[in-house]
Amino acid sequence: MMSLAASASQTSTGEAVQFWVLGTVAVLGALGTVLMKKAVHSALSLAGTMIVLAVFYLAQGAYFLGVVQIVVYTGAIMMLFLFVVMLVGITAADSLKETLKGQRWWAAICGIGFGVLLIAGIANASLHTFTGTGAANSAQGGNVPGLARLLFTTYVWAFELTGALLITAAIGAMVLTHRERTEERRTQRELAEARVREGTQVTPLPAPGTYARHNAVDIPGLLPDGTISEASVSSTLRERGQIRDVSRDALRRLAELDQRSEEWLERRGVAGASRWEPGRRKGLPGAGSGDDPADPADPAEHAADHAEEGAK
Amino acid sequence: MNPVNYLYLSALLFTIGAAGVLIRRNAIVVFMCVELMLNACNLAFVTFSRLHGNLDGQIIAFFTMVVAAAEVVVGLAIIVSIYRTRHSASVDDANLMKL
Repeated sequence: MMSLAASASQTSTGEAVQFWVLGTVAVLGALGTVLMKKAVHSALSLAGTMIVLAVFYLAQGAYFLGVVQIVVYTGAIMMLFLFVVMLVGITAADSLKETLKGQRWWAAICGIGFGVLLIAGIANASLHTFTGTGAANSAQGGNVPGLARLLFTTYVWAFELTGALLITAAIGAMVLTHRERTEERRTQRELAEARVREGTQVTPLPAPGTYARHNAVDIPGLLPDGTISEASVSSTLRERGQIRDVSRDALRRLAELDQRSEEWLERRGVAGASRWEPGRRKGLPGAGSGDDPADPADPAEHAADHAEEGAK
Repeated sequence: MNPVNYLYLSALLFTIGAAGVLIRRNAIVVFMCVELMLNACNLAFVTFSRLHGNLDGQIIAFFTMVVAAAEVVVGLAIIVSIYRTRHSASVDDANLMKL
């Protein structure tokens, strides 16, 4: 039993092994929290440290706190952190250049000095006999009844005050994040009228991926002449340069398809397949070698030809 | 192993958290470091509860958790509202009250 082991001044070997293994994990997690460049990685490192601390609470006989640590800290508080990181932290790049000269070195020196003082203080204190929580836990029939008895007798006033604190915090968060709407919400009709009045884009925007090989949102739709339509992808993706232009690819696929269908129909030789290569058509990006005189002008017309042939 | 090692670990975690508060400038990460310091204190409280053989230390750790939860809620709300007005989560950019 962990609580029995907790009543001696020396822990059991199992707890010692657990301490050295998980303690290393906790320190690494703490270092990761401080040193990781991205806020998400920091949050995950901190969550790892908190879970390790929960295990330590359980090992020391604080069963209620161990569970509360996981439920409240890693469950609620870290989720709140991750929510805010998603709202704020991803776009807010943490610039790593120093604004105060030598701040990092001084901070590190202060940290090391502080740690040395703290650890030396603990080493000088006479902490040799550990009473253990076993007796205190079993006095009230368990850890939770013992805590409850203390909480509702000795500390009941502090407990009431924490209630007031939590309500104040909840209301404060709502007040701080609430945004008053200063203008009236525009209806769909007003939006449509404004769009017609401006006249820039009256119709709905083209969908991404139309006539391209993929229909993902980062692949712009193709116009009839084979060029990409800029309006079909989100402006955010366009500004980040994250759109994938597949117009060349699409035309090559189309040419292959055409060749295969012609081979299948046994209509003409394989030579006819090269006519749709983008470099050989007018008005396409990369055009310039001139167009094939035998080339029909419109792919649609070409397809109609095929349909006629198939009908015969 | 002497259980006093838990206190050393707690001191180490507190120091790392304090150094993080001094070093980092992203307000969210600074907040996480504060949480790390609070957690280190909780570990020390629980260890002292074991040292003395009564549950008062655990009660104090419980109250620390409640205060930390309230603090995180208000602090993150402040970060979000600052981000809305200044489009930055860096603590260097919130210098409106500087002369």
